[in-house]
Amino acid sequence: MPNLSVIANVGLGHYLVLAAIIFCIGIIGVLLRKNIIVMMMSIELMLNAVNLTFVSLSHFMGSAAGQIAVFFIMTIAAAEAAVGLALVVLIFKKYGEVNIKIFERLKG
Amino acid sequence: MDLNVLVCTLVAAPLLGFLINGFRFRSENGIIAGVIGTASVITSFVCSVLVWLSLAQRPEAARFLRLHLFKWVEAGDFVANIGFIIDPLSVIMLLVITGVGSLIHLFSIGYMSHDHRPAKYFAYLNLFIFNMLLLVLGDNLLLMFVGWEGVGLCSYLLIGFWFTDQEKAAAGMKAFITNRIGDAGFLLGIFMLFIASGSVDFFELWQWAPSVTESAWLSPVTLACIFLFIGAIGKSAQIPLYVWLPDAMAGPTPVSALIHAATMVTAGVYMIVRLNPVFIVAPNAMLIVAWVGALTAFFAATIALTQNDIKKVLAYSTVSQLGYMFLGAGVGAFGAAMFHLVTHAFFKALMFLGAGSVIHAMAGEQDIRKMGGLKKKMPITHLTFFLGWLAIIGVPPFAGFFSKDEILWLTLQSPLGSKMLWLIGGATAGLTAFYMTRLMLLTFWGKSRVPKEVHPHESPMVMTFPLMILGLLSVIGGWIGVPHVFAELPGIGGLFHHIPNILEHWLDKSLSPIPGIAEASAALEFSAMASTLLVVGASVIAAVLCYSPKNNLSERISLKFSGLHRLLLNKYWVDEFYFSRIINPLIECSRGLWLYIDVNFIDRMTFVAGDIARGAGSFMRGLQNGNVQYYAFYIVAGVVGVIMMCSQW
Repeated sequence: MPNLSVIANVGLGHYLVLAAIIFCIGIIGVLLRKNIIVMMMSIELMLNAVNLTFVSLSHFMGSAAGQIAVFFIMTIAAAEAAVGLALVVLIFKKYGEVNIKIFERLKG
Repeated sequence: MDLNVLVCTLVAAPLLGFLINGFRFRSENGIIAGVIGTASVITSFVCSVLVWLSLAQRPEAARFLRLHLFKWVEAGDFVANIGFIIDPLSVIMLLVITGVGSLIHLFSIGYMSHDHRPAKYFAYLNLFIFNMLLLVLGDNLLLMFVGWEGVGLCSYLLIGFWFTDQEKAAAGMKAFITNRIGDAGFLLGIFMLFIASGSVDFFELWQWAPSVTESAWLSPVTLACIFLFIGAIGKSAQIPLYVWLPDAMAGPTPVSALIHAATMVTAGVYMIVRLNPVFIVAPNAMLIVAWVGALTAFFAATIALTQNDIKKVLAYSTVSQLGYMFLGAGVGAFGAAMFHLVTHAFFKALMFLGAGSVIHAMAGEQDIRKMGGLKKKMPITHLTFFLGWLAIIGVPPFAGFFSKDEILWLTLQSPLGSKMLWLIGGATAGLTAFYMTRLMLLTFWGKSRVPKEVHPHESPMVMTFPLMILGLLSVIGGWIGVPHVFAELPGIGGLFHHIPNILEHWLDKSLSPIPGIAEASAALEFSAMASTLLVVGASVIAAVLCYSPKNNLSERISLKFSGLHRLLLNKYWVDEFYFSRIINPLIECSRGLWLYIDVNFIDRMTFVAGDIARGAGSFMRGLQNGNVQYYAFYIVAGVVGVIMMCSQW
């Protein structure tokens, strides 16, 4: 029987630290990976890290406002993914790869 | 028709002609361009005649009209309007400018028939007429200055019309730069007059001037008049700024006739006559005007004695005759100066157009040593030139006689003049007779020295018709100013009782009387007249003797006085003097400024400023490299930075 008291000891701090770690992983993914699809996945990670902080704060403060915000974010994230993936598909059709370097030629 | 409409039409017509010809300046059709240009000036001329007639119907005191268009500049006390002044003086100028201008435009159709940019030429010529009208009609000094600059510009453009020839382009620049010196003086004169009187409006200046009393050299009105006269020196080619006018002969010959003989160069005289109430209260300035005029008349005439280019002779003659006008204006004989301006416009335009006809016939040859005997080949040109010759040397009753005589007589009579000035004027009349007779002898009379390959022919009707009209005017033009003294002539004096001095009556109200002039004595006036005529007659005979084909007297004289001959042939080395003492030091000085001050200091400063901007720019440009991930990194770094700053706070 595992010791369930550890679970009982999980507090707000743990949730926030976990969210921060996920957020940083997302940032590093966006900054370092060249594949656009991976970058978009990293962006999703960042968004969900934020969602996690919202939900945990909402739970520990006893307010529903944070959870409402999470629904909005999820909706927008879905829309963003749709647009972004459409772009990725078009880029792939045109250049045969999805490297972010392709976008450099858009500079003035 | 309404007078205001007439005046606006007569100013606008040449401007319209300029715009039409200016927009189609690439056109090579000389006939269309010429007809447009000429028609616009003839329109102006018709309007001028109508203005003159309607002015003549008014009573004498009501002949000073002003057409106010709109307010132009207003700064504190200073007000300048765009307005035109219509009075007897400006109407005379209108008639001369548009009348002689029309004839010269007509002549140009023939003269420029072989040119490949006739539209451009006529556009410039119309622009010149427009600016000249602005100069003459402007009701304040500032508007006059606009016209003054405008005619200078057109003069530059037309002298350098054949600008592919380096020498002609340089002549245009010389005229423009020399005029700048005078124009600076003119502007200073306007400033000083404004400081002294508080106005630049002619009507207000006329009212204000009689209240001034001053005799010192450095008093404001005297200084203002001297500065204004410096402007006139530049524009009207007097000593020491006359050097541009002979070079200006590089332009097409009708331009020389219109701008550099009949109209623009007389602007200085017109300006002084326009401001005569101001000049008359500054006797010291008048003294300078008279002496500069007399000396210019004399020295230019001596240079003309030895020149071999037909246009150069006429150019120096123009400088000399302008000197006469300033002599007249300087001794207070403003009416006589205007009179000589008008008659000179007739006969000098005639002679230039005649020279143009000769040059056209000689296929561009201008050296009178290669002419001679053209009388038979070009009878009409010869006849009209002959009339011009009689007019300029002052044979009664041709135009030049009356005007030149009036100036000389008033020089003797006026308290502002002196015997010395009169003697210089008389000697100049003799020199004029000599060089003009020489020109006639070498060009039209005697044996032909024309090279075999050139076949001179009479010019077409479009060129000879203006010559005939101007020839007629050179004969009768002087009759508008027959002096009263002729009524005292024994025997036939009764005939002259009925000939009024039209010009004197016409200008009566516009001109200030000469202060303290003595009662004229008929005997003295006749003896002055007779002595001038005697000098002229003797000079003509001397010239005929010198240049008759039988003896080579002229060569013997030039050998005997070779020093003097070289001095005159080289125009007193004035150009060389200017180059060695003024122009080259100035160029050297500018070169020094360029090589040391400019390169080492000013350029370096701007380069350093540029380098700073460029360095900052290249750093910032490196940031914006188009890579999305770098941008994302900047955002993250910014957020982290802000958070760190906030936490330290």
